[in-house]
Formats: sequence, C-alpha cells, structure tokens
Amino acid sequence: MEIPVIRNILEANSNLAGDLRMLFIRHGILALNLISSPGAGKTSLLERTLKDLQAEFRMAVIEGDLQTDNDARRVAATGAKAVQINTEGGCHLDAAMIRAALAHFDLSELDVLFIENVGNLVCPVEFDCGEDDKIALLSVTEGDDKPEKYPLLFNLASALVLNKVDLLPYVDFNLSQATHFATRLNRGLAVFEVSCRTGQGLHTWYDWLRARRATKKTT
Amino acid sequence: MHEISIVTSLLSLVEEELAKRQLQKLLVVRVRHGALANIVPDAMSFAFEALTLGGPFEGARLELEEEPVVLRCSCGASFNPEQKRELLFAPCPACGATWGHTVETGRELYLQHIEAE
Repeated sequence: MEIPVIRNILEANSNLAGDLRMLFIRHGILALNLISSPGAGKTSLLERTLKDLQAEFRMAVIEGDLQTDNDARRVAATGAKAVQINTEGGCHLDAAMIRAALAHFDLSELDVLFIENVGNLVCPVEFDCGEDDKIALLSVTEGDDKPEKYPLLFNLASALVLNKVDLLPYVDFNLSQATHFATRLNRGLAVFEVSCRTGQGLHTWYDWLRARRATKKTT
Repeated sequence: MHEISIVTSLLSLVEEELAKRQLQKLLVVRVRHGALANIVPDAMSFAFEALTLGGPFEGARLELEEEPVVLRCSCGASFNPEQKRELLFAPCPACGATWGHTVETGRELYLQHIEAE
C-alpha cells in the first residue's frame, strides 16, 4: 500500500519552538540563540555581557555542551543563573531541550535569555529553539571565508559578532571581506567588531541588545 | 551530524502514519530534502539503518530525493543556481545581480511517501 504523506520531518520541533516563542512573548523575554564554531568566544561574550549589563537586565543562560559543565561554571561565576544541557555527543540543541531547561527558571524574573548552542556552524541552524534572533559569532583567528562556507547561518542570523579583533595585526583575517560577504548574504545583518578580551567595541553590541530588548518588553 | 535527530523524528512520524491506517510492515519511506537543508544523504541512510536495526522497521528502505534550489531575484526572475557551492549568491540570468535573492525552494525537509502493508 502506498501512502502519500507530506509532513515536515521537523514539525515536532517547529511546533514546540512555536510554543516557546509564545511563552517568551508572554513573559516579555528576549531569547537569543548564540551559534558559532568551537572557540569563537560565545562564553567569553556572555561573561562580559552578563557582568557589564547586570544592573540593567535580569539575564540567564542555557548552556549547551557535548560534555562538561565548564562553560556553565564560567557563566555562573558572573552571578547569572545558568543551566547546563549536556548533549552527550549531540551536535545541537533543540526545542525540547530548551523546554526542559526552562523548568529551572522563574520566567517572570527574566528579561534576556541567552542560549549558548553547541559549537558547530551547521546543525544548530536547522533546529529552531524558539529564539527571537540567532546571533552568529566569528573570530578573526578563523578563516574569513566562513560566511562563504556556511552561508545559511549568516543568512538567517540577525547579528554577527566578530570577536578577537585585538588580534587583527597578527592574523591574515580580512575583516572587510568577511563582513562584505555576510552583509550581502543578509542585508539586515548587524555587525559588531569586538574583543571580549579588551572590551573593545562591546558597547555597540550592548546598544543593539538594549534596542532589541525594548521591543520585547511587556507593558 | 544532526541526521540521527532527523531520522528519529522521521521514524516517529512513520509510526503515527502506520498506526492511523493499522499497517504493520514498513517497506519504503521517501524523504524529499532541499539542497539547502544541510542533509548528507549517506549520513541519513546510515542513521536510518542504525535506528531501525532490531526493531519493527528493520529492512525498510529509505529513499532520498533532492529538491533543487530555486532562487527569486529582486528583479522578479526565478532561477536555479548552477553551481552548488554558490547556492545563495548565484548571478541572476535575467539581470545579473548576484546577491539579495530569496530562497523559493531548497530548504524543505519532508516525509513524502510511505509504502507499507
């Protein structure tokens, strides 16, 4: 017997992500999904942001890692609440993992939720976690052709954080080539050139966060 | 690498569809995936085999069909990009613009058809 079906294979995840999105709207939470390759500086960006903006926002982090809770401990050291998800080898977070992690938070006491995805530029892009925005991170110690090699992330992200710009004099990274490519793939992409080590440029990222958060505030 | 998750979701859809029709034995599952859906066919087949082994769906065949990418240029023309590596930024045959296209098809990932008895 032949059965025509036509069903989105990821429909369960998409439906759940839709529920989470409604939940975030109801609580006025800005949810951001941070995606990059390993070592680009997702945790460093969070450490800085959580410290520098702690007087302005109530923030929390869901940490996705293959193994260990090292990143969650780094984040928790800033005083922010962090929940660790160990994917045990899984290459991405999905909406069900986010829902499970949310049980550890009081959503009425939260303004911004960061989801630090597993370091990977491919798989996390395919799984909607209910976030408002995907944030792509790229560091100048990587290839400047990453946007060309992994166009989908840069096409779908709302913002690109270019980290480690303090190292530019020592590496062959062509900043204008990387940003040129990414912004042509995605005209609405906001680009921030920062160094999480020195703090350079981070105010531009913070301004974007403030503006984005203002659009989600419940009255 | 995320093919295991995809096949897990696929198998639960298949289970639902078979249960609805009170069918037992799965013969063929056909999946259509867009060329931009980041699917590696070999990894899908491997995941399918591994996840059905020893279960009620063991021996079923997974067929994969690729949905070609269609881009729409801001000038209004729709076209297939020729080069696989340039899927999102191919030159438009009508006006020559390389950027700013929207993806019309190519991101789909769906269960298309089941054969069972």
